Amino acid sequence: MSEILNLSRRGFLRAGIAAGSGLILGVHLSRFGSSIALAEEKGRTFVPNAFIRIGSDDVVTVIVNHSEMGQGPYTTIPMLVADELDADWSKVRFEPAPVDPAYNHSVYGLQMTGGSTSTWSEWDRVRKAGAVARAMLVTDAANTWGVEPATCRTENGFVIHDASNRRLSYGQLVDKAAELKPPQNVTVKDPKSFKIIGKATKRLDTPEKIDGTGIFGIDVKLPGMLTALVARSPVFGGKVKSFNADKAKAIPGVRDVVQIDRGVAVVADGFWPAKKGREALEVVWDDGPLADLDSKTQGKKYAELAEKPGAVARNDGNAAEALAKGEKKIEAVYDLPYLAHATMEPMNCVAEVRADGCDVWVGTQFQTGDFQATVQETGLKPDQVKLHTTLLGGGFGRRAVIDSHFVREAVQISKIVKAPIKVIWTREDDMRGGYYRPRAYHTVSAALDAKGDPIAWKQRIVCQSFIAGTPFESVIIKNGVDATAVEGSNDIPYKIPNLYVDWQQAPQGVPTLWLRSVGHTHSAFVVETMLDELAHAAGRDPVEYRKSLLDKSSRQLRVLNAVTEKAAWGSPLPDGRGRGVAVHESFGSYIAHVVEASVSPEGRVKVHRVVSAVDCGPVVNPDTVKAQIEGGIVFGLTAALYGEITFEQGRVKQGNFHDYPMLRMNEMPVVEVHLVESKDRMGGVGEPGVPPVAPALANAIFAVTGKRIRNLPIRREELKKA
Amino acid sequence: MLKLKINGKEHSVDVSHDTPLLWVIRETFGLTGTKFGCGMAQCGACTVHLDGEAIRSCVTPVSRAASKEVTTIEGLPPDVGEPLRQAWIAVDVPQCGYCQSGQIMAAAELLRETPRPTDEDIDEAMSGNICRCGTYHRVRKAIHLAADLKVKGGQR
Repeated sequence: MSEILNLSRRGFLRAGIAAGSGLILGVHLSRFGSSIALAEEKGRTFVPNAFIRIGSDDVVTVIVNHSEMGQGPYTTIPMLVADELDADWSKVRFEPAPVDPAYNHSVYGLQMTGGSTSTWSEWDRVRKAGAVARAMLVTDAANTWGVEPATCRTENGFVIHDASNRRLSYGQLVDKAAELKPPQNVTVKDPKSFKIIGKATKRLDTPEKIDGTGIFGIDVKLPGMLTALVARSPVFGGKVKSFNADKAKAIPGVRDVVQIDRGVAVVADGFWPAKKGREALEVVWDDGPLADLDSKTQGKKYAELAEKPGAVARNDGNAAEALAKGEKKIEAVYDLPYLAHATMEPMNCVAEVRADGCDVWVGTQFQTGDFQATVQETGLKPDQVKLHTTLLGGGFGRRAVIDSHFVREAVQISKIVKAPIKVIWTREDDMRGGYYRPRAYHTVSAALDAKGDPIAWKQRIVCQSFIAGTPFESVIIKNGVDATAVEGSNDIPYKIPNLYVDWQQAPQGVPTLWLRSVGHTHSAFVVETMLDELAHAAGRDPVEYRKSLLDKSSRQLRVLNAVTEKAAWGSPLPDGRGRGVAVHESFGSYIAHVVEASVSPEGRVKVHRVVSAVDCGPVVNPDTVKAQIEGGIVFGLTAALYGEITFEQGRVKQGNFHDYPMLRMNEMPVVEVHLVESKDRMGGVGEPGVPPVAPALANAIFAVTGKRIRNLPIRREELKKA
Repeated sequence: MLKLKINGKEHSVDVSHDTPLLWVIRETFGLTGTKFGCGMAQCGACTVHLDGEAIRSCVTPVSRAASKEVTTIEGLPPDVGEPLRQAWIAVDVPQCGYCQSGQIMAAAELLRETPRPTDEDIDEAMSGNICRCGTYHRVRKAIHLAADLKVKGGQR
């Protein structure tokens, strides 16, 4: 990491020195030379493929193609490689991958981090990369000793020949190993032989995150770099009509004021003069069609849209007919707001556009898109452009932008002012900058038979699509249904014979995007609170009711059983405390939460305890899995209790953490995460902890107050005792 | 020209006096461990010590720091910093890591004043520091552990 960002060596990087020795599988050295070349100086290295570099100092460097935004790929992916390689874990290091097709996501075909896929999508590929390297080192050692490779074994960074009691460290083997041909077929380990995979392993990136040395995008420094703040339209879709830069330029430290696609940039010696300059800048905006956007009016519009049939996402049996026949009918309307990702590190990007090339430093989840955008903006050739991935101060989807807007801004400014530029977004820029989780309006009608079992479910979802009109459309939108809008609703796991779900696309305009667990953020809330209503209407226990509707072999049932046992579901609670449950599958993992909460007479909600059971299939680093679920719980509680972006006269009302609050230490409940042993298919863990939180909390609040929460965030005034 | 003492070293800086200390630390001195999160003392990512007191450098004009001792994450003295770092590693606290400098600086002040903090003390001292990744309960655990380590270290 620090090597790649050691900018005093920029000239060296720019020269694009090709790596010396070493074999590269499917990678063009001219492009990924920037990262490997640096280490070449230190001694001889063995580069068996794009993911591994072994030095004569025995250090094994794993090149990680998934961005580190808290979810731990800089440890998890090296664990996969190191186990197959039988490496000495204390000598394993990580390095972020440069942009190269060799590092494309094994499923998406683009270099991208998202969808809770980093571990399972690399499970086969990087383990195989480790096994190939191991096989080459064994062959090298066997050749050296004149013995059969099959008589050698590997352990802890050594090839060992027991019969002759000889051993060579991997570092001692790098010279000749580099000359060998990688084998075509290698066998990866039987899980029973794993030594690192499955063991709680300390994260490799912790040291640099606790001593101030870790470099996030906002920390990048270049000689002669200037800082820019951009005045963007206060209304989405608005344009600059005219501007007067005289007062801005009068601020000491302001160097330039330039217009770019998305607004007017004030370029200065540092953040403070740039901010003062932007405050002094006079811009006349053409607000455009969203000038009157208002959340209340928008809500009415969504309610009208919910009257009309949408694109069908699921249709089992005949829901309309069954609804008419039911013994009991329950109807509910849900309104869930726009949400901001609010990453702790506000958006930023550093770009240096030169006549002969361009370097971009950015904490990004979408290298391919940002790289291509840079090529397009600069008019340079792809091999003249380098994009360096820094640490990400939170991502949650916000740094996987399909239009690369935060990269384009920096590149455009640097191109105009001919200097390295760091664009920093203030917290307000970030909060009001869009790309929100879409507002989601759901209606559900359900009917129960005489026994209380659900016989019909009709659900309509009204929300925007952030996929329509993008290159992702052909993959994600099928038969007019945007999968990101209906996921979690169209795959309801409960036995309901007549089940209908459709989607009404709300008018576009407000920029929206995937936010940690995407469509599941709203779908799980609707489905799992409605299930609770049905259980209540049937006069049955919410856990027993769910269990009766789940397939006996389902993984939902597995985690539901585990969580109710761990949380002692049904046991007495202190006075004034209620329990709620929710179970939900997303991104291939199955999570159930039990939340214990109380509500004060003033309507203030206190979350006391969250117990969670997780089935994500085989686990690579158990502690990271737990950490991700813990974090998901906090993310979900923040959204349930506080999250809301609203509009008045076209403008976003919220701007900073005082009016878009986050859960804080004093509100943190006791959290217990239990991993359920599972040999089923591996899922992700970055996102799936989030969806069941809000419904489990709302169900707990119902248990203690008898009041149903159907709109988020939870409002104190609605829970206040009259 | 303003005289500043950062992490034990004296400097003279020529910046506008209303510049927040945060940007002088980050841009003038290149100490980027101190982070920008909100710019209005809401999140704690910019926490540094001014004469030993934890302050929000994003709203502290640099002129207020003149002739005082500024300590950043990079200069945290080992007697406080080491137990905290060991505990942070043992508990694997950080996720994205962006807020952690601020968390550690806030925790350092807490432990200096309250060597054996209770959960309530931790709530009080740490609620000004937001962690969007949600590492709060690990921060809590690590502070208790650091308190243990510090006491043991002191006895040696």
